Amino acid sequence: MEQIIEAKNLIKSYGYGVNKMMVLKNLDISVLKGQFLSITGKSGSGKSTFLYQLALLDVPDSGQIKIDGTFVSSLSIEQKTKFRLKKLGYVFQDYALLPELTAIENVALPLLMQGFSKKDATHEAHFALEKIGLGNKLNCLPNQLSGGQQQRVSIARAIAHNPKIIFADEPTANLDTETSRVVLNTFLELNKLGQTIVMVTHEKEYAAMADRTVELSDGVIISDIINRK
Amino acid sequence: MKNFLTSFRLGRYLAIRQLRNSNIGTTALIILVMMLTFLNLIVIKGLLVGLVESSTYINKDRYYGGVVISTLSNKTYIENSSNLVEAISNMPGVEAYSARYVQPGTITGTYKDRMNYTDKPNQSATYIVGINPENENETTDMAKWIVNGSYLEEDDYDYILLGANLLKKYLPNEAPGISTLDNVDVGSKVLLTVGNNTREVEVKGVIVSKVDVPDQRVFILESTLRQMAGRSDYNVAEIAVKLEPNVNSTTIRNNLISLGFSKNAKVQTFEESLPKFILDLRGTFNLLGDIVGSIGLVVAFVAIFIVVYINAITRRKFIGILKAIGIDSTAIEISYVIQSIVYGVTGSTLSIAFLYLFLIPYLNANPINFPFSDVSLVITFAGTVFRASWFLIVTILAGYIPARIVVKQNTLDAILGK
Repeated sequence: MEQIIEAKNLIKSYGYGVNKMMVLKNLDISVLKGQFLSITGKSGSGKSTFLYQLALLDVPDSGQIKIDGTFVSSLSIEQKTKFRLKKLGYVFQDYALLPELTAIENVALPLLMQGFSKKDATHEAHFALEKIGLGNKLNCLPNQLSGGQQQRVSIARAIAHNPKIIFADEPTANLDTETSRVVLNTFLELNKLGQTIVMVTHEKEYAAMADRTVELSDGVIISDIINRK
Repeated sequence: MKNFLTSFRLGRYLAIRQLRNSNIGTTALIILVMMLTFLNLIVIKGLLVGLVESSTYINKDRYYGGVVISTLSNKTYIENSSNLVEAISNMPGVEAYSARYVQPGTITGTYKDRMNYTDKPNQSATYIVGINPENENETTDMAKWIVNGSYLEEDDYDYILLGANLLKKYLPNEAPGISTLDNVDVGSKVLLTVGNNTREVEVKGVIVSKVDVPDQRVFILESTLRQMAGRSDYNVAEIAVKLEPNVNSTTIRNNLISLGFSKNAKVQTFEESLPKFILDLRGTFNLLGDIVGSIGLVVAFVAIFIVVYINAITRRKFIGILKAIGIDSTAIEISYVIQSIVYGVTGSTLSIAFLYLFLIPYLNANPINFPFSDVSLVITFAGTVFRASWFLIVTILAGYIPARIVVKQNTLDAILGK
């Protein structure tokens, strides 16, 4: 099967001099197209930092990342922004919706940036929200939605422009168990449709719902298992 | 170009939504700051220019008129004045005129109290001006500037009007070379001396016109002055010509010159008669206004910069999120520039409305009472448009730079609030 993410020798450290702390220590990983990968580990294991490097939100000290055939490490900031817009989708721990935009407007944003007309962007955003079961909340502002609904709007925003990969950073951390399951089911549904997903979670139970789980500890991968379903 | 248009559309989209959902109180406060900043830009220069313009033009309105006729430099009076006065009185466009006799003289107050001839007399040397009270009032509204007592009547042969700057009561600090009269006011008997003739007259009124020349002179009926000076030629020393509204003073001056009157008199428009130092003063105040205006622009820049910077800093996390989901920097910067333009244009438009609908008409009707002039705002519409254009440029820059600073920050740091 085709590899969509390929990272080699990733090193990332924070701080300087005696305070320098190596967070990722020479990590290698490859993710197959259509795979649902969960990255887990204890707090401080480096799992979120790992995701930020793969998702082009941060720059590793060294190492190479290839996404969908492109060596992204060499891209400029503006090129990375365009690359993210075209090929990646994000779901943040705290939903990260713009408070002054309604649900449909939040979802339409990446589409408008891609050059869609307002009408077409709204239509696509509507479709994405329908897909995750929020067709009746189109014109609600984020503060009029529950945490779970906000996270699903965030997912709709991540999928609206049909990205190659969705990155999710602790998407259930702020949600109760029931709502977390709804969100995870949404990811599973998307994955069934062929969507590649990389999700960071500290909940082993949720991590096990993915196709594959990678566990980090002190910046190194200590296990990489295929989950049986 | 297509990318820029896409970014512009999205920037506008974000700006509109941010403005639409912003706190009304905060928005009102920002617009108020913009209004005051723009007013500062316009009003300070308007007042500075108004100060010098008003003090110049009250000279025209309250003494010299639109066309000023005076003696040639080697003469003490205008020869054949009668013909000139007749021509002026019949000339279309002339609303009123005042032909004045001017003689040097002295005025002595409290002379009866002087015990010893070695004592310094309570005396002031000045010019005595003989006028026709009715003509003078029609030309300069002199009766309006009487602050104490009353104006001259046509049979007030033994009465005078005194410029306030001749009286210690109104000008307590004597300047070098100027002596003022002590204990003289309306009703006081004073001695008026012109040449070898001295006459006791009574002070009927005191003039405060805020124009130096009349405020330092003595006014008396023309017949009384002619008699004291022994003049029977009817040749006057100056003529103030008041023009009808919208009549060009240059046209009237040219008409008088074409009739040959420049042989015997200096015929000038008011502007031409202004001494060089007044023109220099006007230029200086204009420059000063421009300097203050430039500082005002810097103040405007700083004010808008702070407003936009605080707005962008408080929304740093959302800027990071926008970048993370692929919104390019240009779109985000445009959204902030558009917001600052909206604030700036709204503030300046409200300021212009306030200026032209209220402040300027109000100050025209109720000028600010400065010691040497009644000052109103001197603002031209072209000047306002010019400053508004600069204000817009400053608004764009002050919106762009802080947005750029915040947008340039690391995306992840912005999202995580580092």
